[in-house]
Amino acid sequence: MQYIRSHVLICAGTGCTSSGCKSVEQAMRAEIERLGLTKEVKIVQTGCFGFCKIGPIVMIYPEGSFYCYVKPEDAADLAQQHLLKGRLVERLLYRDVQNPKPTAFFTDIGFYKKQYRVALANCGAIDAENIEEYIGVDGYQALARVVSSMTPAEVIHTVKASGLRGRGGGGFSTGLKWEFAAKALGAVKYVVCNADEGDPGAFMDRSILEGDPHSVIEAMAIAGYAIGARQGYVYVRAEYPIAVHRLSIAIEQARKLGILGQGVFGSTFGFDISIRLGAGAFVCGEETALLASIEGKRGMPKPRPPYPAIKGLWDKPTLINNVETFANIPQIILRGPEWFASMGTENSKGTKVFALAGNINNTGLVEVPMGTTLREIVYDIGGGIPDNRAFKACQTGGPSGGCLPAALLDTPVDYDSLTAVGSMMGSGGLIVMDENTCMVDVARFFLEFTQDESCGKCVPCREGTKRMLEILEDITKGHGTAADIDLLEELSVTIKGASLCGLGQTAPNPVLASLRFFRDEFNAHIQDKKCPAGVCQELLTFSIIPEKCKGCTLCKKVCPVNAIAGAVKTVHTIDTAKCIKCGACIPKCPFKAIVR
Amino acid sequence: MERIKLTIDGAPVEVDPGSTVLDAARKAGVHVPTLCFHPELRLEGSCRLCVVEIEGMQSLAASCVYPASSGMRVRTNSEVVRKTRKSIVELLLANHPQDCLVCPRHGTCELQEVSHQLGVRKVRFKNDARALAQDQSSVAVVRDPNKCILCGRCIRICEQVQKVSAIGLAGRGSKAVVTTPFGHGLAEGPCVACGQCIKVCPVAALKEADATEQTWRALSDPTLHTVVQVAPAVRAALGEEFGMRPGALVTEKLVTSLRKLGFNQVFDTQFGADLTIVEEGHELLRRLNESKHLPLITSCSPGWVKYAEHFCPEMLEHLSTCKSPQQMLGALVKTYYAEKIGVMPSNIFHVAIMPCTAKKFEASRPEMGRDGVRDVDAVLTTRELAAMLKEAGIDFANLPDSEFDLPLGMSSGAGGIFGVTGGVTEAVLRSVTELKTGKELEEIEFQGVRGFAGVREAVIALNGMTLKVAIVNSLGQAEKLLKKVKQGEAEYHFIEIMGCPSGCIGGGGQPFSKDPEIKHKRAAALYRQDHMKRVRKSHENPAIRELYRTFIGDPNGEKAHALLHTHYHARPRY
Repeated sequence: MQYIRSHVLICAGTGCTSSGCKSVEQAMRAEIERLGLTKEVKIVQTGCFGFCKIGPIVMIYPEGSFYCYVKPEDAADLAQQHLLKGRLVERLLYRDVQNPKPTAFFTDIGFYKKQYRVALANCGAIDAENIEEYIGVDGYQALARVVSSMTPAEVIHTVKASGLRGRGGGGFSTGLKWEFAAKALGAVKYVVCNADEGDPGAFMDRSILEGDPHSVIEAMAIAGYAIGARQGYVYVRAEYPIAVHRLSIAIEQARKLGILGQGVFGSTFGFDISIRLGAGAFVCGEETALLASIEGKRGMPKPRPPYPAIKGLWDKPTLINNVETFANIPQIILRGPEWFASMGTENSKGTKVFALAGNINNTGLVEVPMGTTLREIVYDIGGGIPDNRAFKACQTGGPSGGCLPAALLDTPVDYDSLTAVGSMMGSGGLIVMDENTCMVDVARFFLEFTQDESCGKCVPCREGTKRMLEILEDITKGHGTAADIDLLEELSVTIKGASLCGLGQTAPNPVLASLRFFRDEFNAHIQDKKCPAGVCQELLTFSIIPEKCKGCTLCKKVCPVNAIAGAVKTVHTIDTAKCIKCGACIPKCPFKAIVR
Repeated sequence: MERIKLTIDGAPVEVDPGSTVLDAARKAGVHVPTLCFHPELRLEGSCRLCVVEIEGMQSLAASCVYPASSGMRVRTNSEVVRKTRKSIVELLLANHPQDCLVCPRHGTCELQEVSHQLGVRKVRFKNDARALAQDQSSVAVVRDPNKCILCGRCIRICEQVQKVSAIGLAGRGSKAVVTTPFGHGLAEGPCVACGQCIKVCPVAALKEADATEQTWRALSDPTLHTVVQVAPAVRAALGEEFGMRPGALVTEKLVTSLRKLGFNQVFDTQFGADLTIVEEGHELLRRLNESKHLPLITSCSPGWVKYAEHFCPEMLEHLSTCKSPQQMLGALVKTYYAEKIGVMPSNIFHVAIMPCTAKKFEASRPEMGRDGVRDVDAVLTTRELAAMLKEAGIDFANLPDSEFDLPLGMSSGAGGIFGVTGGVTEAVLRSVTELKTGKELEEIEFQGVRGFAGVREAVIALNGMTLKVAIVNSLGQAEKLLKKVKQGEAEYHFIEIMGCPSGCIGGGGQPFSKDPEIKHKRAAALYRQDHMKRVRKSHENPAIRELYRTFIGDPNGEKAHALLHTHYHARPRY
């Protein structure tokens, strides 16, 4: 056996691919070859490390040294200093925003300290394109155990006992779902993996498929065994080319080893998986729309009941779970349901992956035990808000969730607590907003999204979200009236109560939550025709505070429409009729004399 | 299975297993408003107007799709239910054109009806009715996307019942529209012009291409000799438009009304039907003798013919080459009749009143005329005729009776039952058995081929051989049957295919009706007419005999082929 003394793990997730990990990898390879280290150093392209903001990320084992913002020209240093001479390359080590001292080891980084990786356990740790690496971390042991020594009922019992709930947003008990599908009558059944991740900014499922596709394949086969299905489908967005590529490789490798196909592990149980590409419609994340899309029809939801577990794909009993849900399954089987249930809160067991985004220092992917508070995620893991600006809100649940204010930062993140405060868990998008965010504008943004993504089938969602958007647009433009708030609330009741699918039933949530927690901002827009955050252009008036203005003319020079008048060393004025509110003058003023 | 017991607004109701909450509510006597729901179509649950409150459920349930279950407690008129329904109608009205007073569906519009029922008195949103172009490419069906409320009934009937899928949904959110493949217009796609979409459209988003203007112009043109023919199914339905009971047979009033409109001659399409039977009967006997191109498939339904040209061109040689009754009569009007009265065919304006929109397409086919003269110049639907009669101020229900003009107005009872599924088969059997056996039929009514089942089969003993026939109504049923025939799973000598469910009485040009028994009532009228006729077999129609003796010569002969037969050609779908 070849002796490898160092492993160079290069993140090859979508984030690091965008920031240039491919050329880093090539440069590292060339450098290692040049130094004659090819026999003792192995380069591994892994899935996502989660800390996307500081990519491309290179981690070197056995030390666990964590290098960030690595460029191809850094390869020489990394190879010569770290790999050849055993010295840390300090300038590439991670530095915390609050603490400029470099952190040598990844376990010491605040971003990772409070995380606990179950679903993401292998992301960033193994080469996703090599099934042996997965097998090396106990991969496919759970499936082997299931087909060789467990009955389907025992498998379902284990999943139920773990307390795992659907990670796609609904939070329905996974074990119960499996049980329904298992009990449904029918010789032909299907297992479907929902990888149609659509929340703006969310990329949990993509990262799992990119970094650990075998865990999903293994879990689907286990599910197939449990419910009596022989065929699985992964419905994944075509915009996830890396995920699709690695998943295809993984399926092929599993087939070659007899893990997929007829007679899994030589047993009488047969299972295979096909990939179906989605065209990126948000609504196709809704299970009945997803099934319609797999069937080759327009992706539109159907009324439930009947639920897919009874009548799903091609009218056959179908089990649908999302990627993250599946990724938990092998470990639940291997480590036992008690282990899984020991994490989290009373009704929300295990961990949850979040995509941290927005006005936050450490953007990226994090996995935390259920019950971790928003504050811990935002400040301890996320590193707080850039430039120490004030926190205003954090949004969970994507277009189905809501914005929660600072007062609720100590809310534990679990299904029930988030629902109780008017938001929801959703699939795991977590967007942080600072003081410069206008909450009316954010509500408008989400309604614009749902209106765009509404399939157009049912009236409340199709027409209702359009009218809510129209009203919100009016408010952000200063045309709002007091009656608008009532109308928004009334429409929300109609849309939530009467829409056909989850998309519509949750579409008003961003507005309702904002009306609950940030009503004063709505009032400011409607009554005072002011946008307190200074975002809504139509409501801004730029003016110069005479006491502060020194007449330096800097603002006048930068104004693109000559709206600022005033001679040198005399107080300047802004002609609001001419002003286009571009804001170019504000940063130019050394005396902070311009306000909006 | 055990019956389901639930309560609707506190009142106990029992329904059969498989029933929906809407079924239960209707059984309890509650009129729950609906729009996307249609009794003949697969459930959709998209308009959400039928929402109700079910105890224990978080959100409201669309009653048309929600299965009833025992112990359920349903509220159909709670505050939130009423408000929600109103709000849904308000949302629909907000982007609907506000031109009810000049809308063709004024009075028969279901959106108008629910708005009125629910007491919607104002719309609080900006009206932004769209200004999309109407699709006028088809000679039969016009689409007005601006009026469309996206209930999807047209899409479902086209896809599920007719298996044509000429229209579908495109675009998302509030930009979603019902449209044709690639937005190319109905005429460019596989639309068979059956008009079933019009019949199920709750608003004026679908309507027939107007032929009334052209007809009015012809009627007031003194240089034109105007001739009209009326299809059998029209007389069984027109009365509904004038408040008469469904199923009233209004033949004689209809003739009077057409004279009042100013037509010079009023002929009966049933004469054309008798002629079709004689020609098609001989054609069948010939094919049976030669064992060639069997089964013979009827060709009098123009929607079916166009369907065959688009979807099963390999079956075209099985289609009877006989023209439809409309076009046979059309050819005679412009030849036989024109010669008889000594008028140039180009000076005759020939209008056909049909229960059908596809007849508009059929009349426009280039084969259907000669020397640049159309055999049928305009086709009016039953609805269009009703509109003209109303416009003319004719008090239809109180008109005196009068008779069709001769000779092209004389018909047998067999020609009349053409208007209902199975009728052509029965008419053919009445003639063919006598022609083949030379003996008079003892039992003239072939009850075995009657009824409304999608596919019906019968075996008739015919002078030593057994004649196997099949009858289908709707194109979806035709697709299923033809698949079996093509795969050799079923063998027939004769197949009757009517493009519309229940045949011409359920045609795309018939009056809008909400009567669930309507097809039975209209069919009964035609069977009643048959029963009352002195002559009940096509080949015994004296005017038909006279025609062959003095003008056409032999059935299926040279002249017959020139005037009464046609040919078909494959058409692309897209």
